[in-house]
Amino acid sequence: MSAPPRAAITGVGMSDIGRNTGRPAMLHLAEAADRALARAGLTRADIDGIATYPGKADNSPGMSPLGTGEVRGALGLKTRWHSAVPDGPAQMAPIMVAAMAVMTGQARHVLCFRALTESSSQSAGRRASIAGAGKAQIGGWLSWLVPVGAMSASNWAGWIANRYFHEFGMTREHLGMVAVAERQFAQMNPMAVMQKPLTMEDYLAARMISSPLGLFDCDIPIDGAAVVIVSAADAARDCRLPPLSIEAMGSALQSPETWDQRADLTTMGAHDAGADLWARTSLKPADVDVLGLYDGFSIFVPLWLEALGFCGHGEAKDFIAEGNIAPGGRFPVNTGGGQLSGGRLHGFGLLHEVCLQLWGEAGARQVPGASTGVCGMGGGFIAGAMLLNRT
Amino acid sequence: MRPLPELTPENTAFWTGGERGELMIAFCGDCSKAVHPPQLLCPACQSQAVTPRAVAGTGTVYSFTVNHQPWLPDMKVPFAIAVVDLNDAPGVRVTAPVLTDDPDTVRIGQAMTIAFEASGDVWLPLWKPTEQAA
Repeated sequence: MSAPPRAAITGVGMSDIGRNTGRPAMLHLAEAADRALARAGLTRADIDGIATYPGKADNSPGMSPLGTGEVRGALGLKTRWHSAVPDGPAQMAPIMVAAMAVMTGQARHVLCFRALTESSSQSAGRRASIAGAGKAQIGGWLSWLVPVGAMSASNWAGWIANRYFHEFGMTREHLGMVAVAERQFAQMNPMAVMQKPLTMEDYLAARMISSPLGLFDCDIPIDGAAVVIVSAADAARDCRLPPLSIEAMGSALQSPETWDQRADLTTMGAHDAGADLWARTSLKPADVDVLGLYDGFSIFVPLWLEALGFCGHGEAKDFIAEGNIAPGGRFPVNTGGGQLSGGRLHGFGLLHEVCLQLWGEAGARQVPGASTGVCGMGGGFIAGAMLLNRT
Repeated sequence: MRPLPELTPENTAFWTGGERGELMIAFCGDCSKAVHPPQLLCPACQSQAVTPRAVAGTGTVYSFTVNHQPWLPDMKVPFAIAVVDLNDAPGVRVTAPVLTDDPDTVRIGQAMTIAFEASGDVWLPLWKPTEQAA
């Protein structure tokens, strides 16, 4: 049914991420790039394309300190193609455009990166994750949120969660199961920033951030970088590891660019992208072994589960309570600890982990025999989804 | 101090109608669709006759959140933010803070009435629980 795969992921790498590392973003990036190249069996000379999301940006402190130009310069890359994508299918955008670049012959091996220094920025007194902080005026979709007091994405996710709770009887305990499961995975991942045990009691006792979301419903600002190498299928065969074919990509978007006007706010852009993904492959959710689902806030995980068809609308609370997403479950989600316990690498960390799983490199948390993985990035009106298959 | 909206030809009516106590919502002059956020073209029929008019300023809470985290040094917490379905502009929601002494009393389905507070060159909307409205 689907066309033969023509793009594949051949390497991933992550820096030693941490909180308040005081280490320049470029050094995190260089470390992540070295690790990705080593995994792929490539050198810098093999890289002829570069892509990132969103590009160098200062709309939120530490959110995107590096652009493609600086990274090309620092790594000494000679590229034939480059792209920064602030306005695409969420944080998945650079992976997707890189796939299209190699499929159309613009490049052979594209280095896709994401670097953040939100933890150091916050410690320096510049509140991370607050769009427009320090500005007098704000435009675009944020202008319908920030000026009316909804400054934080936790507010936007909070009202999505409250509506979902209202319609489907979900409770904080269900979101607590997401946070606890991800912490259990994190404890099996030495790279994850949070290693202490987290109990349901700890979760419920934590301070409220924006109801019904508390501290452990929110992901963790970090300093770090991740690199994903996307290669043309014929070039991928020369790499060290079996290529992870990009079986399908979903980036449909049918609702307006707002966090409050989508007709049904118990769904997100993820639902459009998720349906689009499965329309482009003969594989089904039941074929998936491991999932990376965007967890900037815990509530996004049940919504992504439904968006990708792992359960029906309103059924995610039972799906989670049955243990499906936790260690040992049928559909393990965010096995590296996710962003809730691993740190916010803006989706790239989730994809990094799915790839490690498909290569059998996930150590103590390895899902036995995992060969097919799905990753969904984004919350609210933006979303991108990708299905990967080890060939 | 949180940022204020940048005024554009399309959104100025919304952000300044509060001076007269009016909630201004854009409607298509040809197909009557309510268009929010306001824009130059009607997304349904592509008419350019999209113009703002005052609506009743009443609605029902679709969802809400109570913000407890002070994101700015001068932010007083907790406060509720309500996402309100307007009664007379189908499909349009207006999100605004709730004027109440007890944010924990805000509920989905609660009736709300608009109010405004001046800030800089704009009038920011606020929702007041309808039973407390004057």
